[in-house]
Amino acid sequence: MKSALPLTTVVLALIGVWYLAAALMNASLQRDQFANAGRTDYSTQDLVGASLNMERPKLPAPHQVASELYKLVFATSPTSKRSLVYHGLITLEETLIGFAIGSALGIGLAVLIVSMRWLERSMMPWIVASQTVPIIALAPMIVVILNQFNVTGIAPKAAIAAYLSFFPVTVGMVKGFRSPDPLQLDLMRTYSATRAQTFMKLRAPASAPFFFASMKIGAAAALVGAVVAEVTKSEDGGLGARLLAGSYYGQTVQIWAALFAAAALSATLVGAIGFAGRLTQRRMALS
Amino acid sequence: MTSRRLSEFLPPLAFGLAVLAIWEAGVRLLHVPAIILPPPSAIAARFVTSIPTLAADFRQTIQGVLAGYVIGSLAGFVVAILIDRSHFLQRGLLPIGNLVSALPIVGVAPIMVMWFGFDWQSKAAVVAVMTFFPMLVNTIAGLSSAGAIERDLMKTYGANYWQTLLALRLPVAMPFIFNALKINTTLAMIGAIVAEFFGTPIVGMGFRISTEVGRLQIDMVWATIVVAALTGSLFYALVAGVERRVTFWHASYRAKEA
Repeated sequence: MKSALPLTTVVLALIGVWYLAAALMNASLQRDQFANAGRTDYSTQDLVGASLNMERPKLPAPHQVASELYKLVFATSPTSKRSLVYHGLITLEETLIGFAIGSALGIGLAVLIVSMRWLERSMMPWIVASQTVPIIALAPMIVVILNQFNVTGIAPKAAIAAYLSFFPVTVGMVKGFRSPDPLQLDLMRTYSATRAQTFMKLRAPASAPFFFASMKIGAAAALVGAVVAEVTKSEDGGLGARLLAGSYYGQTVQIWAALFAAAALSATLVGAIGFAGRLTQRRMALS
Repeated sequence: MTSRRLSEFLPPLAFGLAVLAIWEAGVRLLHVPAIILPPPSAIAARFVTSIPTLAADFRQTIQGVLAGYVIGSLAGFVVAILIDRSHFLQRGLLPIGNLVSALPIVGVAPIMVMWFGFDWQSKAAVVAVMTFFPMLVNTIAGLSSAGAIERDLMKTYGANYWQTLLALRLPVAMPFIFNALKINTTLAMIGAIVAEFFGTPIVGMGFRISTEVGRLQIDMVWATIVVAALTGSLFYALVAGVERRVTFWHASYRAKEA
C-alpha cells in the first residue's frame, strides 16, 4: 500500500490532463457550433463549459465517459442491445472459451516440445518466429473461413481468441518446463527418476510462476483477439462491435465507454489470474 | 561452424517444407475450394503477379509502423528518464503502466482515425500509444537493475547523477530497453494493421486484408499475410541484430560464443 498515495496523485493528474486536453481539443468545434447558432456573446467560461459537455466531442470529458458508462452498465437493463453488460458478456464468453482452448493447446504443445527433442528442434524456431508475425491480420480470414463451414456466432471469435492466446502460452510454458537448473535435473537422475516422474515432480511445479505469467499474457491476448474479431464481424454484438458502431456514427462517448468496459474486463481477468498466482505461490512457499 | 549452423537450421527448414507440402497435397487431394484454403502454389503465384499492389500496401502501412514505433518508443524512453529521479512518480506510474500493458489498446484505433484522419498519421498514433507503455515499464525496470556494488563504485569515483546514468545505469538497462524494442516491433505491426480495419485510404495491408476477405479473394489475403509476416520478422531480426551489437557483453550472448 506504499504506492497508494503516488498512484492516486498520478491518476488525478492524468484526469486533469484529460480535462485540459478535452477543453483544448473541443474548443474549436464548439466555437463553430456557437457561430452556427448565431451566438457571439459567449465568455471563455461558457466556451469551456460547453466544450466539456458536447454531444459528439472530439475528446469526451471524463465525467461524460463516466456517466455514459454508468448509464450503459447500471441504468440499462442487461438484456437491452444498448447495455454494455450485454455486449461485455458476449465478449467475455468468447474470450473465456478461446482462452481455455488456446491455453490448453498451448500447454499441451509445450509438454510435447519439452518431452521430444526432435519436435523442439523443428518446431520451436517457428513458434518463436510466429511471435514476430502480426497474427491478428489473420482474424478477418478465419471468420470468413469458419463461415464457409457454417460456424457462426461465438465460435469464430473464440477461435481467434484461442489462436492469439496459444502462442504466448506455448512459449512461456516451454520456458517454464525448462526452468529447473541442471543441478536439480541431475538430482532427479541420481534418484533414478523416470522422465514422467521428473516432469511431474520437478518440471511441472517449477513452471508455476511461468504458468501464471503466460496465463496473464494469454488472457489479455484472447481479449484483444475477441474484440478485433468482433470488429470484423460486428452483427453479433460485443464490445468490438460497439467500438465499430461508435466510429461509424461518430459517437465518441460511446467509443470511450466501450473502450473502458473492455479495459475493465481485461484488468479483471488479469487481476484474477494474478491473485490466483499469488495464492498458489504462497501455498507452494515460493514467495 | 558451418556444419553446426546447418544442423541448427535443417530441422526447422524441413518442418516448414513438410507443412507446406502437406498443405499443398491436402488441398489438392481433398479438393478444398480455393475460397477456404488456397494451396501454397496458388498463393505464391498470386504473390508474384500482384507485387505492385503489395508493394504499394507495404509502403502505406510501413510509414505508420515506423513513425509510430519511433515516436512511441522514444516518448516512453524519455518519460522513463524524466521520472527516474522521482520515486514518487515512479511508484505512481508503474502500476498504471503494468495495467495498461494488459489492456486492449488497439481499441483506441477508431478514436485515432477520427482525430488524425484516414491516412497513415492515425495509424502512427495508434502505434505510438501501443508502444509507449512497454518501453516506459521496461526502461524503468532496466534503470533500477544496476547492482548496489556498482552504484557504490560510481559514488566512490565521485560521479554525479548524469555520469552514473550514462556510464553505468543506461548500459545496464540496455537488455531491458531492447526487450521493449523487440516487443514493440510486433505491437507496431499489429497496431497499424488493425487501425486500417477502421478506415484507411484505399491502400495498405490492413485495408487489403479486409477488402479481399470481403471479395473472397483468399489467395490475395494470404499473399498480404506473407508480406506482413516477412515484414514483422525482418523488423524483429533487425532490432535483434542491433541488440547483439550493442549488448554483446550480456551473458546470453557470451554463452553462445563460448
